[in-house]
Amino acid sequence: MTELKTISGHRGLDHEVELIFELGRQGKCGVDLPEPELKADRLGGLRRRGLIGLPGLSEPEVVRHYVRLSRKNYAIDSGFYPLGSCTMKHNPRLNEKMARLPGFADIHPLQPASTIQGALGLIDHLAHWLKLLTNMPAVAMSPKAGAHGEYCGMMAIKAAHEAHGQKRHVVLVPESAHGTNPATAALVGYTVEEVPANDKGRVDLAALKSKLGPHVAAIMLTNPNTCGLFENDMLEISAAVHKAGAYFYCDGLVHGRRVGRVRPGDLGIDAMHINLHKTFSTPHGGGGPGAGPVVLSAALAPYAPLPLIVHGPNGFELIEDNATAKAHDAQPFGRMCAFHGQMGMFVRAMAYMLSHGADGLAQVSGDAVLNANYILASLKDEISAPFGNGPCMHEALFDDTFLKDTGVTTLDLAKALIDEGYHPMTMYFPLVVHGAMLIEPTETESKHALDEFIKVMRGLTAEAKAGNKARFEGAPHFAPRRRLDETAAARKPILRWTPPPTTKAQAAE
Amino acid sequence: MTETRYTKDHEWVRIDGTTATVGITAYAAEQLGDVVFVELPAIGKSLAKGADAAVVESVKAASEVYAPISGEVIEVNAKLEAEPATVNADATGAGWFMKLKIKDTAELKDLLSEAQYNDHVKGL
Amino acid sequence: MRYLPLTSADRSAMLHTIGAKSVDDLFRDVPREAYLTTTVDLPMHAGELEVDRQLSKLAARNTAAGSVPFFCGAGAYRHHVPASVDHLIQRSEFLTSYTPYQPEIAQGTLQYLFEFQTQVAMLTGMEVANASMYDGSTATAEAVLMAARVTGRKRAVLSPNLHPHYTETVRTAAESAGLDIIIGTEQTLDGDTACFVVQNPDFTGAIRDLTPLSATAHAKGALLVAVVTEIVSLGAITPPGDMGADIVVGEGQSIGNALNFGGPYVGLFATRQKFVRQMPGRLCGETTDVEGRRGYVLTLSTREQHIRREKATSNICTNSGLCVLAFTIHLSLLGEDGFRKLAALNHDRAVMAADKLSRIKGVELVTPTFFNEFTLKLSKPAAPIVDALAKQDIIAGVPVSRLKPHDKAATNLLLVAVTETTTPADIEAFAAALTKVLS
Repeated sequence: MTELKTISGHRGLDHEVELIFELGRQGKCGVDLPEPELKADRLGGLRRRGLIGLPGLSEPEVVRHYVRLSRKNYAIDSGFYPLGSCTMKHNPRLNEKMARLPGFADIHPLQPASTIQGALGLIDHLAHWLKLLTNMPAVAMSPKAGAHGEYCGMMAIKAAHEAHGQKRHVVLVPESAHGTNPATAALVGYTVEEVPANDKGRVDLAALKSKLGPHVAAIMLTNPNTCGLFENDMLEISAAVHKAGAYFYCDGLVHGRRVGRVRPGDLGIDAMHINLHKTFSTPHGGGGPGAGPVVLSAALAPYAPLPLIVHGPNGFELIEDNATAKAHDAQPFGRMCAFHGQMGMFVRAMAYMLSHGADGLAQVSGDAVLNANYILASLKDEISAPFGNGPCMHEALFDDTFLKDTGVTTLDLAKALIDEGYHPMTMYFPLVVHGAMLIEPTETESKHALDEFIKVMRGLTAEAKAGNKARFEGAPHFAPRRRLDETAAARKPILRWTPPPTTKAQAAE
Repeated sequence: MTETRYTKDHEWVRIDGTTATVGITAYAAEQLGDVVFVELPAIGKSLAKGADAAVVESVKAASEVYAPISGEVIEVNAKLEAEPATVNADATGAGWFMKLKIKDTAELKDLLSEAQYNDHVKGL
Repeated sequence: MRYLPLTSADRSAMLHTIGAKSVDDLFRDVPREAYLTTTVDLPMHAGELEVDRQLSKLAARNTAAGSVPFFCGAGAYRHHVPASVDHLIQRSEFLTSYTPYQPEIAQGTLQYLFEFQTQVAMLTGMEVANASMYDGSTATAEAVLMAARVTGRKRAVLSPNLHPHYTETVRTAAESAGLDIIIGTEQTLDGDTACFVVQNPDFTGAIRDLTPLSATAHAKGALLVAVVTEIVSLGAITPPGDMGADIVVGEGQSIGNALNFGGPYVGLFATRQKFVRQMPGRLCGETTDVEGRRGYVLTLSTREQHIRREKATSNICTNSGLCVLAFTIHLSLLGEDGFRKLAALNHDRAVMAADKLSRIKGVELVTPTFFNEFTLKLSKPAAPIVDALAKQDIIAGVPVSRLKPHDKAATNLLLVAVTETTTPADIEAFAAALTKVLS
């Protein structure tokens, strides 16, 4: 039976949603404000004339619009995300409640220090936990996201070399690295050289050693790496890097996999950013905000960016300029952004850490690794796993060898997963294997949830191998939108709503 | 007499006297998928062999196009700005990128013949 | 532990499937010297009640802005956010969703990004805007890098009245990219200048017409980058896009987002259509699906780090997601009339406060033009006065010396911000206390 066409275009609870600009009308407002008294202004003759173009809507219309939009989104609260490298874990609501306490949310960054001792205390306490968990002596709190933290770590490395009169211009990056690594290195002014992987999916130690020299400033390594494997030569790598006078940057994307069990400070790492929105559960919010504090070794600690938080006779103080920093034996490389960092995310991460405690955090990393290995073990007989002979860490890597001659690609399988009620796994990353599928379950998935997912993956694989292509062709069939034309979007970009010509003419009157 | 030669990076070069027309091969265009944008060099720019000459963007990838030989850019295919899809439709004809004034004819011998290029692609 | 669903029975069954003896066995690739067998020396897990108590205690040691007469601005402003905004952003599907890389199941996120981009373009008077940056300061740094790319030049001139934190942020980013940063006026522009960065209203609160500045910049082949730190000002004053700006960046925190002690905030970035492929950050574009229905996708992502790698326009991975949504919802509630009214109210209260305070002996209003923030010159150093008033539960604004500690001319200057949340009683209390401390 062909699908029934409704009159409204809606399908039951699945509503079509126009843009606010199409719904709004002149003269409506969703806020009641007192009337301004319209005195002569002090705007220097620059009072805004002409319409801005914003639509007017009442509160009920706005609420309905955004509630309907929300229902078009998949979310961790509604389903499993097998997304490798993304660490989609449960976002506890206690964290939201704590972040909204007026004492944290309703304070201005430049209030006098005496009025925000609790805020500085919280940042200091979080820093303390981060340092202890990583066994590192210092942490820069201000980076606004993971990539920003990476930039911070590399800037500290650059500052350290400059302070020692070292002219080094090359950074080594494994070929399996996330694209942010080379982008960051280039942004900081370095040239990037790639280090190949060995057949065990790890950095080729001999190749690395041969590339080290007096021109190399640092190596940027992800551990566990993007194949989900622990770089077992870590201690040898850090020794070789330091011997060559370079620094060791570690991409902490999946620090959670080791939290409480393995510490970067024990592996010879000089700088590592920590994604509070991954490891420490602050919500992904559809793309942000994040936070990326960077732990630093003793060699790099003096170069941490402004501001610094110190404890003095009057309590906590912020050091916000280079001269004062110098008096405290610090040589900050500069300032990364205005104010002090992502306080809202600090409170959430602190609530998460206090809730879990040292024992809970160790359990987090244990369960995360267990879940990933369970998935690997339950699928590798049917789905090709290039490194399936040993244990993986927090994520399991598969490639598309198992789909050979089926006419079904990694992408097709992923889109069919949407119809099964799942967000697809990470695809085509890392680039070192063909048609990669990277699955990171995290510790907040139950065994039941994993078993359900395994059943679906095995079922889809069987369908592909049996040549039943119908469910893959043109998938997804059951999402609010089917496959979208990304080519057209990139060829002729439409990046905003524009009023139709008649409305513009009216506005000009 | 015109002659077409190739590079391992999937560029084709059509030589006509002192002018070389450069584009990407049909194989490259297929690998990239739907081309959405082409960034072409400025006219008058001097390119050394192997230097970044242009960028071709698809939805999922952006690839450098390298100068197959040294030369000065004397013409670019302005049509590609409005119709990047031409690269997919006719990579070796209407989808040409630029014309260079050949600097050193000795460099031409380093280019691959059609047979050599086809062998190279088979091995990928 | 309440967030961890595995039981010991589950673990046994799973280890059996894997063929491992224990979880420790799965960590065998970690060098033994680095593998911890005891827990780290930190407290054990805690229930909600205990965590709530601990954190509430820390929160109680801070003075919330809404609980006292409050006058701080300098790049972050206290506005009233309607209750439905915070309620809506906490819906699971918004709060806990991932970046919209699978557009079929992320149309909620993508559509609000498209609405946001449109709103930002409208407010700034520009043609196109991105889906946000971390904050105003990093957006400004990105604008300078973009201007360098567009013009091929290596020098940027920053106005001396740009927010000092923004100046420092730009310096850090630009110098590592090999650009020269000079503090100067439009007289400093030359044929090597990529852009002139000017804030309006500026850091002191003053408003100026950017049109002559744009003309000067363009005559030298440079771009004009305009910075707006108080986005509500665009409800009252001419937007930079109408004054010839090429790139407009700013801080969107004032709409939808609490002060949050400095973050998370939302960076705004808008420019002309001709520069669209040089814009950093995420972009959402309109398209259709296979059934011909309108939908939205992230687009032009080949500029971004995960594809271009070393040749990326920046290393940005994140936009401000939820903060963007809060901005979009709040602005939807305000609409044209509400936004203009909000701006008018802010200016009214600021005029009231400026007049009242400048009548006090020892107080001089230094900025004849302003939106909702102005500079006062006091007869005594400002920082100790702010500290003294804090002890009387009045948060008297930001002493300029806090942000310009080595500028002697700044010692007696005080930045005062006033919004629709400031009451006449607040202004009275401030005036009375200030009178007393200056006498």
